[in-house]
Amino acid sequence: MSTIFDIAGSAMNAQMLRMNTTASNLANADTVSSTEAGAYRARSPVFATVMANAANAGGVDVNGINESQAAVPKRYEPGNPLADKDGYVFGSNVDPIEEMANMISASRAYQSNAEVFNTTKTLMLHTLQLGQQ
Amino acid sequence: MGISFNQALGVHEQALKLREQRHQVLATNIANADTPGYQARDIDFASAMAQAAKGESQGGLTTTSSLHLQSSLTAANGAGSADLKYRTPHQPSLDGNTVESQVEQAQFAENALRYQATLTFLGGEFSSLKLAIKGA
Repeated sequence: MSTIFDIAGSAMNAQMLRMNTTASNLANADTVSSTEAGAYRARSPVFATVMANAANAGGVDVNGINESQAAVPKRYEPGNPLADKDGYVFGSNVDPIEEMANMISASRAYQSNAEVFNTTKTLMLHTLQLGQQ
Repeated sequence: MGISFNQALGVHEQALKLREQRHQVLATNIANADTPGYQARDIDFASAMAQAAKGESQGGLTTTSSLHLQSSLTAANGAGSADLKYRTPHQPSLDGNTVESQVEQAQFAENALRYQATLTFLGGEFSSLKLAIKGA
């Protein structure tokens, strides 16, 4: 039963990482850059199942962080110190609505796994006390 | 009349083992609720339990090496695993994930409750044994 702690723990870890990328995306939603390549692109983690063995799947692994391929907006802001020689700046392609939804989803998933963790702990404690009363 | 300690706990010992296994499967489902392509699985408790009971009465095969083939009886009877079945989702999502959080959470809560019930039954068996040994 102790493997359940690993499973729930890995899922909580993965959701926490998702929460981190979401925080980073929201924080950088208004970041501008003077080049298109340097513009901030929304990041998102890629989840994958850890296969402990064929019969029993395990927890969650983060395979990497993806950068959004959506086009970055180009704005004419000649007054901006970061503007290029034509007066354009490149914003980030973060979609705040998407990020908010992601944040709620990650937080709910984290809660579910924390609940699994708690229930398992209670059951294990009860099992340890078996036959003592 | 003698008391057989092997049989004193009855069906509850195996039930506890299966409940624990199902607990792990459901925990894995909940953990992978956001993993693309993950397919939710579950144990059919009734048939696994029936199989375990059959294994007990027929004396399931014992494997002494990891290379031995597992019979379904051995798997249910020993420390092996019951057959995992894939869940049919009510509303499959586009990314191939078939976990439905509300279903998994309901099943998880139910399984935890039944695990505790089995624990209570086992505790009862133990106190009966104690009573038989020590007298009132």
